[in-house]
Amino acid sequence: MEKQFLLGKFWNPDHVMDALKKFKDSGVKVYDVYTPFPIHGMEALLDIKRTRLAYASFIYGVIGFSLALLAMSSIFGSFWPMNVGGKPNIPWPSFVPITFEMTVFFAAHGIVITFFIVARYWPGKKAVLMDDRQTDDVFVIALDKNKIQDMDEVTRILKDNEAFEISEKEVKV
Amino acid sequence: MSHVESPIRQKWVTNTEHYTKITEDISRPIESKPNLAWLAATGFSGLVMLMGFALIGWTIWEGIGTWGLNPTVGWGFDITNFVFWVGIGHAGTLISAVLLLFRQQWRNSINRASEAMTIFAVLCAGLFPVIHMGRPWLALWFFPLPNTRGSLWVNFNSPLLWDVFAISTYLTVSLVFWYLGMVPDFATLRDRLLKKGRKFASSIYGFMSFGWDGSSRNWSRYEIVSWVLAGLATPLVLSVHTIVSMDFATSVIPGWHTTIFPPYFVAGAIFSGFGMVQTLMIITRKVYKLEDYITLDHMESIAKIVVATGSIVGLAYMTEFFVAWYSGSLWERYIFINRAFGPYAWAYWIMFSCNVITPQLFWFRGVRRNMVATFILSIFVNIGMWFERFVIIVTSLHRDFLASSWATYTPTWVEVGIFIGTLGLFFFLFFLFAKFLPVINMFEVKTLVKHPKKPENLGESESVIVD
Repeated sequence: MEKQFLLGKFWNPDHVMDALKKFKDSGVKVYDVYTPFPIHGMEALLDIKRTRLAYASFIYGVIGFSLALLAMSSIFGSFWPMNVGGKPNIPWPSFVPITFEMTVFFAAHGIVITFFIVARYWPGKKAVLMDDRQTDDVFVIALDKNKIQDMDEVTRILKDNEAFEISEKEVKV
Repeated sequence: MSHVESPIRQKWVTNTEHYTKITEDISRPIESKPNLAWLAATGFSGLVMLMGFALIGWTIWEGIGTWGLNPTVGWGFDITNFVFWVGIGHAGTLISAVLLLFRQQWRNSINRASEAMTIFAVLCAGLFPVIHMGRPWLALWFFPLPNTRGSLWVNFNSPLLWDVFAISTYLTVSLVFWYLGMVPDFATLRDRLLKKGRKFASSIYGFMSFGWDGSSRNWSRYEIVSWVLAGLATPLVLSVHTIVSMDFATSVIPGWHTTIFPPYFVAGAIFSGFGMVQTLMIITRKVYKLEDYITLDHMESIAKIVVATGSIVGLAYMTEFFVAWYSGSLWERYIFINRAFGPYAWAYWIMFSCNVITPQLFWFRGVRRNMVATFILSIFVNIGMWFERFVIIVTSLHRDFLASSWATYTPTWVEVGIFIGTLGLFFFLFFLFAKFLPVINMFEVKTLVKHPKKPENLGESESVIVD
């Protein structure tokens, strides 16, 4: 779907934060901000909810933990039980290292795969860019043009906070 | 928003006020044609690597008899090299994960290269257990797969099996962590190369960048993912060498059967890893002129870790001797006296001087900031830590409980050649990395620029100006 965006471009992350504060105060909804590196504190200004990926990772970890224990106890307990001097068939202390490794394996790979799915990034995906320098040194605040109620106010906020360029762009999102 | 800067804190990026300068400096080796020095170094290490592979082929064709092992000394160069390389592989994840959790900003410019070093070192390490099996085509039997061999399973009580899981988890998790860190930098390269008209190169980095666009929502997720990965990788990195040490510690061989092995091995691994980081970083910053990003302060921080972990290792050496005496076990006492004064005493004293004595020079600020001295000391660390593993393995084995089975061990040229071959493999991969991938994490270094200056060529992109 093509969307018309109003873009405010900045060269200093501090100015971006100032502009976002003004937008938040005046109730203007910002579509997204594109930056070359993460800027701390931006989530709060954009009302971005904290991601639940960490919980997902915990669940993957639990799956890895259970699978490892299940596999080892079934193999030693029933598939191939061995009697070594009457010792227990399922020696749980010996299972600790592999259980730990499998927990980490599942949690780490799971969270990264889920991240790429949630973020809609995949190998070979063509990036949709607002500005060809947004991965280098330009910071872009993008607003959905159709949802802007007071155009003058928006452009004033962008200008007051030293946006070096205000432009429009139709982007397929 | 304004930044408060402490005047007494080091600046981790110097002489850099423009974000794009960082992009330029770090993309330069990727964009420019390879020079003669790079071609020569890569070609040479590639040849050494091929020699190593040829000797591995010879070992497999002819059998383990081409090595100097004997019934008494069943582990020699092979396992020494394995533990040596795994140890080197510890610094990368320590820098990227542990220092991230401790919010150490100096990690930002050295994490990428150290992670690369980790992965290449673990690859070298992984070769040895496979080839020392003698029948590497059965390496699949390492894994507990359902099978038709009378339903025969692996032994979950064995630390050697724990090692299989630890090393493979460590390799893949480090690889994922490394790759995830590079995704935003691939996007930077993609856009930069496209503007320079290099469509093909841009499309390759574009493919690898997964369509990264730097959206704030995804940065927010990205940061959480990095934190979770760091939280997972921190106990992982400690577990790997702990488990490697259990290969020895759970046996009943005097000299191996000690409870201090896990922390002793982990400290040694970090020590050797940082030694190799010093070696590689001194070369990289010099050759690529990255002194503004890998500053003398960075090198000083690394040197401090080297002297700290080196001293822990020294303490462990002395503790081993104390406990051997205090335990009252005659075999234990004998093994340690033999270790320091027996036929392999030379190896022991090389180890002790390179790991405990020479790194003490890093207590002096002048030495920490002198790159020639640091380079030489880092080579000593690499040598010393290789000998540590040799000493632990060979001196503990060569004088058995039965005096009639005492033996000596001398490596053959095949074993030495395979070790040199893995050095070739390691440097070959590192040179390829240094040419084709960004050696410094661009986006993380950009966060360290506190007062950026206005770029000169703004507004050159094509767009409609409103009003």
